[in-house]
Amino acid sequence: MNARVNDFVVKIANVNGTGSASANGLLMKAIFRMGIPVVGKNFFPSNIQGLPTWYEIRVSRDGYLARSGEVDLLVAMNAQTYARDLAEVRSGGYFLYDSTWPREAEFARKDVTLLGVPLAKLVNEAFTSPRARILMKNICYVGALAALLALEPGVLETVLTEIYADKPKLIADNLRAIELGYQYATRQFRCPLPIRLERMDATADCILADGNTLAALGCVYAGATIGAWYPITPSTSLMDAFKDFCEHYRKDPVSGERRYCIIQAEDELAAIGMVLGAGWNGARAFTPTSGPGLSLMNEFLGFGYYAEIPAVIFDVQRAGPSTGMPTRTQQADLLLAAYASHGDTRHVLLFPANPAECFSMAVTAFDLAERLQTPVMVLSDLDIGMNDWMVPKLSWEDHRVPDRGKVYTLDELRDRPLFHRYADRDGDGIAPRTLPGVHPAGAYFTRGSGHSARGTYTEDEAEYQEVLDRLRRKHDHAKTLVPAPVVRRREGLTMGVISVGSCDAAVLEALDRLAREGCELNYLRVRGFPFGSEVEEFLEQHTRIFVVEQNRDAQLKSLLLLETGADRDRLTSILHYGGMPIDSRSIVSGIRASLEAGKAA
Amino acid sequence: MSFLQKPKVSHSGLPRNELGLSIRDYEGSMSTLCAGCGHDSVTAALIQAIWELNLPPHTIVKMSGIGCSSKTPAYFVEAAHGINAVHGRMPSIATGANAANRNLHYIGISGDGDSLSIGLGQFAHVLRRNVRMLYLIENNGVYGLTKGQFSASADLGSKAKKGEVNRQPPIDPVTLALELGGSFIARGFSGDKDQLVPLIKAGLMHDGFALLDVLSPCVTFNDHEGSTKSYAHTRHFDHPAAQADFVPRKIPIQAVYAGGEAIPVALHDGSTVILKKVAKDYNPVNREEAYQYIQEHRARGQIVTGLLYINEDQAEFHTLNGTASGALRDLPYADLCPGAAVLEEIQQRYR
Ligand SMILES: Cc1ncc(C[n+]2csc(CCOP(=O)(O)OP(=O)(O)O)c2C)c(N)n1
Ligand code: SF4
Ligand SMILES: [Mg+2]
Repeated sequence: MNARVNDFVVKIANVNGTGSASANGLLMKAIFRMGIPVVGKNFFPSNIQGLPTWYEIRVSRDGYLARSGEVDLLVAMNAQTYARDLAEVRSGGYFLYDSTWPREAEFARKDVTLLGVPLAKLVNEAFTSPRARILMKNICYVGALAALLALEPGVLETVLTEIYADKPKLIADNLRAIELGYQYATRQFRCPLPIRLERMDATADCILADGNTLAALGCVYAGATIGAWYPITPSTSLMDAFKDFCEHYRKDPVSGERRYCIIQAEDELAAIGMVLGAGWNGARAFTPTSGPGLSLMNEFLGFGYYAEIPAVIFDVQRAGPSTGMPTRTQQADLLLAAYASHGDTRHVLLFPANPAECFSMAVTAFDLAERLQTPVMVLSDLDIGMNDWMVPKLSWEDHRVPDRGKVYTLDELRDRPLFHRYADRDGDGIAPRTLPGVHPAGAYFTRGSGHSARGTYTEDEAEYQEVLDRLRRKHDHAKTLVPAPVVRRREGLTMGVISVGSCDAAVLEALDRLAREGCELNYLRVRGFPFGSEVEEFLEQHTRIFVVEQNRDAQLKSLLLLETGADRDRLTSILHYGGMPIDSRSIVSGIRASLEAGKAA
Repeated sequence: MSFLQKPKVSHSGLPRNELGLSIRDYEGSMSTLCAGCGHDSVTAALIQAIWELNLPPHTIVKMSGIGCSSKTPAYFVEAAHGINAVHGRMPSIATGANAANRNLHYIGISGDGDSLSIGLGQFAHVLRRNVRMLYLIENNGVYGLTKGQFSASADLGSKAKKGEVNRQPPIDPVTLALELGGSFIARGFSGDKDQLVPLIKAGLMHDGFALLDVLSPCVTFNDHEGSTKSYAHTRHFDHPAAQADFVPRKIPIQAVYAGGEAIPVALHDGSTVILKKVAKDYNPVNREEAYQYIQEHRARGQIVTGLLYINEDQAEFHTLNGTASGALRDLPYADLCPGAAVLEEIQQRYR
């Protein structure tokens, strides 16, 4: 069989709570350090211990970051899931399992090569403590994989030494476990397998990181000082990371005083209230949440919109409705977020497609929230937020100045006896605001009830409408301020794909594959809402458009139909909503099936 | 509506405080509440207290939820920022605002519906966090703004205007606050300005969360015979336990009180509150005793008022957090953004 170098998927089936995460992370990082593009996806249950969990590592010399839809080698560490795990291996693939207890007879697939490694036996002979025996079994399969896949042992050792720099005792144990697996595989199998690794130089300018961590880092760099939250999967690690960064980079070097304030709220209603209170009072504040939390925040989001208060919300989407599947991914909050709250309310949304964009869009979100004086929601998802993606290294311009929006300074207020909070001074729909405690001339009363351009209470038709109309102008103005879509197009093509967020990686790969098969399509990825002119143009210029998204109800397509001049008949949905991150294969087959159906008709 | 036109021009003859401001400078826009509504008396007491405290108007931040009571912030200190949040959620707005700038004077005005029904959760938690603010509940036992339904503070057996009798036990914000670890707990009556003004002052100067529950009758829906929150009932069963006298820092305490049944408590700005025991056996610095006393008197139908509990040593929100002493919102960006070199260093972890 031909060798498939740097182009395969290893999936590891574990039981959660057994410490497999560090073994899998180690494996992935070592591959990355060999200069080979790699991405890891964790499929875990909403549970703390004892249920099945999977980790899928895709090695892709072409740099494709989505799931391919295939498994080449399955490491089966969970006897409960042997049957379904075996079924998932592609024909001609491999199935590595713990042969301490031989089960060959029940593995009835002739087209899959069984690799039995007596992991428990090897580890039990070498280690005595029960905990070490559990943990080292995982490290032991990493050793076996190193031999099977030609992972450079030196790299593995370096990464291991770095991870456990402050626990040298663990380094020795880990190295021993690796060696056990490595030696066994070398003796028993023809190593390396045809699917194998070979050093490349494609990761030097990249990092491996998850979106929640980088979003938190973006908050730090944006100058956010207040974070309020209520724990919810999959957003929790965002605030954990923010706290971690702040402890290092946000303490007064002399006094140790904190230049930040993190508040664990009693619920999401309070979390968004705190963010609005802080934003109203001039601080940059944010809250990370997920669907159920966003649902709770609705009343306050309308208040923020109408009273015009900056706020940044990260919605790390998970599978709904209701509690849904908390540890599975989806893009099903688009419509909720766009129009969250009663009345004529509409919001500004940002759609990162990967962890690097979580960083940059976090920074953008604070600028936009203050520029537009409104809540801005960053719609990430579990796949982006919690999985380690390979992304280009982040950069920062030290001379960057945050856009704090239109706020009258003390000097300006001294010369301004008359301040009207909601007056459209510049014709862009954005009325300058004032902050409490600066100057008496800046005082005004903020209310969610009807108000006039002067900021006074009103029930007068004309006065009320004047403000409502300006809010609409302001939202329209936001079209020019949100990040522009990313467009990949060639003149002359009439078919296109529109997609959003974490679908991006799978779409890019799918488009390459379709192009190789003679079917070329243009591509637009929306990055912000409200949609700007580029989106309108793309919709006009293509007679057949596939809208790829991860929800059942075609929410992106609905938004396009509601908010642009899109022609319904030109749009075809490609939907994926089972909770696993979308893979390139199902996009290819979806588009192909639809085109063929069109031909037949 | 009390259509009393208030001339905005100060009369030259009016007394002025240390800032040269007359009491008129602490007024707000005209009240649109019912004539005789208890809430308007509370507003007057607030104006008086803030004026006497010599607080620069713009250093005050007024916040509220929704209700007749929550309209109050519009009626005092016009030269201060105000925010009328959503129903029952002012505590979270207050917490966020205070987090952004710890150096202003925060006044939250709420109602019994706003704080004890829809907002009970947020009320409990802002109190637990000990966010520095005066939190004043204008308590009338009903939802005034939605036309007189019972609120969670309605007493057992209290009769609604149309005769319905309340059969659910009331939530008393004072005993609840004692239970939840409140650091300043007081109760007043809108009809007793002499008692109320010093309570407001002490609450404003308290270094932490100051709860002031003010019985504030709703003349339109809950001031009839059979109501336990009417003027007549409150007046009759009012049982002052500990009177608070507020002493600004400049006046030596000895000059004011010559010992006896008075406990001086120093407030964080250097001023002092003198707790005078009106009831001999009351101890306002002992949480358990205060609790027991209030409960016993309630069983007898009496409403214990005054500064009922104070503890100036309980760490407030920012002290607990270790926040920078300046306002977070005013920190220079250079102190917040770690910069390009650090970003490079951080990313080594992700290699
Ligand atoms: C979410 C929500 N539900 C209901 C209302 C209607 N509402 C307005 S004020 C109020 C009750 C206010 O009672 P209280 O806080 O005691 O104030 P009061 O009018 O008695 O001073 C209610 C139920 C609302 N504004 N918002
Ligand atoms: S309805 Fe009651 S609470 Fe409301 S303004 Fe009138 S008297 Fe006051
Ligand atoms: Mg009430």
